[in-house]
Amino acid sequence: MPNPMHQFEIKRFIELDLFGLDVSFTNASLFMVIAITLISFLTIWGMRGRALVPTRMQSIAEISYEFVANMVRDNVGSDGQKYFPFVFTLFMFVLFCNMLGMMPYSFTVTSHIIVTFALAAIVFIGVTVIGFIKHGFGFLKFFVPSGVPTALLPLLVVIEIISYLTRPVSLSVRLFANMMAGHTMLKVFGAFVVGLGYLGGWAPLAFMVAFTGLEILVAFLQAYVFAILTCIYLNDALHMHH
Amino acid sequence: MDPAAAKLIGAGLASIALVGAGIGIGTIFGNYLSGALRNPSAAPGQFANLLLGFALAEATGLFGLVVALIILFVF
Repeated sequence: MPNPMHQFEIKRFIELDLFGLDVSFTNASLFMVIAITLISFLTIWGMRGRALVPTRMQSIAEISYEFVANMVRDNVGSDGQKYFPFVFTLFMFVLFCNMLGMMPYSFTVTSHIIVTFALAAIVFIGVTVIGFIKHGFGFLKFFVPSGVPTALLPLLVVIEIISYLTRPVSLSVRLFANMMAGHTMLKVFGAFVVGLGYLGGWAPLAFMVAFTGLEILVAFLQAYVFAILTCIYLNDALHMHH
Repeated sequence: MDPAAAKLIGAGLASIALVGAGIGIGTIFGNYLSGALRNPSAAPGQFANLLLGFALAEATGLFGLVVALIILFVF
């Protein structure tokens, strides 16, 4: 049975070296470039006409803009609008990277923990810095919920801090695990189709059709969840309700 | 017990965490359905919360799967 983990191997296309660090152009870099090119094409070329009655591509660009803008406005509020470009970039990048991975023979950028951890670390550090800039050291009051008996307070503050520090971990591992598990399952059931031959291969093939549909849904859903959790964490930092 | 066999058993045990994912996802969707059947007009407003809850419940199950994969491929 072929190894389902081979699809996650990084292959270097152009070897580059910067002061001893390996900055080669890999298959991951290639698919990130493809994702950025497609997003830029959709948003820049799609909005070229600026028609009042939108064309198809303009309509897609407007729908994705409105989707993320509503998400930011509902979850962060009106003073969160200045973070809309960041959330939009994050959402579109994760969405396009996930969707590109659904094409056969492609490489899923977000199925590597380092990629998702880098994105989650940017979100976490950015949100914490924003919280400290806005509230100063008063941001630390976020870890002290109101209405708690003073006997429980030390324990609760420690628990609050630990659960805050697990946010980047859960954010990155959620996306990474969904992408890696999904693609591993696709490869394993593909091996079953070939292994059972002409007589028995129809059953796993039918399952693969349904499961590929589910994976496309999961690709969109994980991008949406990443973006909406970013909005929720931003809301926590800007308006410290608990 | 040799380490290779112990690895496989450990990975199998860690995958039991996905039971929790199944129960959690079923609970969320079941509650959404029973609420939607009582108050159909309020259902679309909560659809976003449904998807968010589903992803969060699935995530905890997948953390267990990640432990299983770490046991298999890192040690």
